[in-house]
Amino acid sequence: MLKVENLEVNYGHVRAIKGISFEVHAGEIVTLIGANGAGKSTILRAIMGILRAAAGRIELADAGPIHHLAAHKVARMGIAMVAEGREILSKMTVEENMRMGAFTRNDSNVNADMDRLFRRFPVLGERRHQLGGTLSGGEQQMLAIARALMSRPKLLLMDEPSLGLAPKIISEVFQIILEINQDGTTILLVEQNARKALQVAQRGYVLETGMISLADTCANLMKSEKVVQAYLGG
Amino acid sequence: MKESIVFWQQLINGLALGSSYSLVAMGYTLVFGVLYVLNMAHGDVLMITAYVGWFLVSYFKVGFFTALIGAMLSGFILGMILERVAIRPLFRSPKYTHISPLISTIGVAIFLQNLAMLLFTPDQQRYPTTVKAVFYQVGPLIISSVQILMLVIAAVLMIALKLSISYTSLGRAIRATAERPVTASYLGVNVSRVLTFTVAISSALGAAAGVLLGVAFGGISPLIGFNYGMKGLIVLIIGGLGSIEGAMIGGIMLGVLEIFTVGYLSSAYRDAIAFAVLFLVLMIRPNGLFGESPKT
Repeated sequence: MLKVENLEVNYGHVRAIKGISFEVHAGEIVTLIGANGAGKSTILRAIMGILRAAAGRIELADAGPIHHLAAHKVARMGIAMVAEGREILSKMTVEENMRMGAFTRNDSNVNADMDRLFRRFPVLGERRHQLGGTLSGGEQQMLAIARALMSRPKLLLMDEPSLGLAPKIISEVFQIILEINQDGTTILLVEQNARKALQVAQRGYVLETGMISLADTCANLMKSEKVVQAYLGG
Repeated sequence: MKESIVFWQQLINGLALGSSYSLVAMGYTLVFGVLYVLNMAHGDVLMITAYVGWFLVSYFKVGFFTALIGAMLSGFILGMILERVAIRPLFRSPKYTHISPLISTIGVAIFLQNLAMLLFTPDQQRYPTTVKAVFYQVGPLIISSVQILMLVIAAVLMIALKLSISYTSLGRAIRATAERPVTASYLGVNVSRVLTFTVAISSALGAAAGVLLGVAFGGISPLIGFNYGMKGLIVLIIGGLGSIEGAMIGGIMLGVLEIFTVGYLSSAYRDAIAFAVLFLVLMIRPNGLFGESPKT
């Protein structure tokens, strides 16, 4: 589905991503884990077209190279993003946020999809006409996910969905991630919460200071001594 | 004439004038709300497009509505050029501050004003009133066809804009861009096109105001850009930067106050009252009547 080859991304003069390659196959959940500042979010933003790649290729199945495309064009290719910190449009209502999620669509099923998502996330349905800024952190995370799903994406990029959320809400969010994947959406998940990420994904890559240090199935990563020590609390 | 009749008559005059001020302020508030830029060229774009209307009537003998649409179209195009040439290139600079487009648009204003002075001489010229001046009697009050036109056209444009912003897909795209342009972009919005379109629409509204004010006062000169631009800016600040309701209500307020000042005080204070109100608002409610709380 997605192939990243020798990707390099700079922040000004700092080489944040130093040449990484990985793949995401259709139907998978793949996770990128690593410490703060390792460059995980940078990778997602480069894929989405928010940041420009300094070098390397990003290829999307059936669409070819996308690394030079602007974000709005990448969105139209079927990639949706759930950004770090949610990035809810706080001055717009929950419903308007959802409609913005479907901005790239012009078919007639948008309302049906929205109703379905409101049934899936009843809390959002209750707050349908409330401003996004009035929602709690967990509710905003759900809204960000629902908004991204409104575009019926081929690939969902999720950037640190557990950030700033209470443990009980985090479990809910990861349950949702699992269900979305079971419904057929491919997910590339970036997380600091390595334990949760490795539990929900099939394959994982460990990122350290801009480079991939480990790549394996999550089952194996969970048993790897290095991962256990560095990211799973020893 | 009975005092109360004078009052209501002046109110009508003030509402008509104020509706045009609202249109001008609407243009400012749109651009400020979405681009966070104070478009100092707005007044002179109004002036140039009013001249386009004048030109269309004088040389091509078109009717009022054709001239209005022609002027608004020229405003739309001029706004597009303004954004691409004088505003957007600045966003790429790593040393960008909000002062940059302020200065840049002042430069455009100076350019447009001098261009007009070269083309049309600095003198005031008669603005062709292609509207038949019919006076309607409503009880003891008199309202002219020109005033009705001003009120109706301004109302239609402003209501259309407000409804579009609130209920259409493009309107949502504009609001999303204003709040979080990066988010808007990964939701599929072509942000640079939205920015260009916003300035274009703002200039088209200014053009409409320019034509209406020209027809109302029967005159046009290269200096009206400065005058109406300044008043529009004052309405923007009174109403609250970025507030559409503020622009609408502030404009009406200023128009009414201006007419009342001329009627009850003296015409010498006509322009001064705007500054007096500005001073008052800045003292009591600096973010404007409908302004947002200060951003941190």
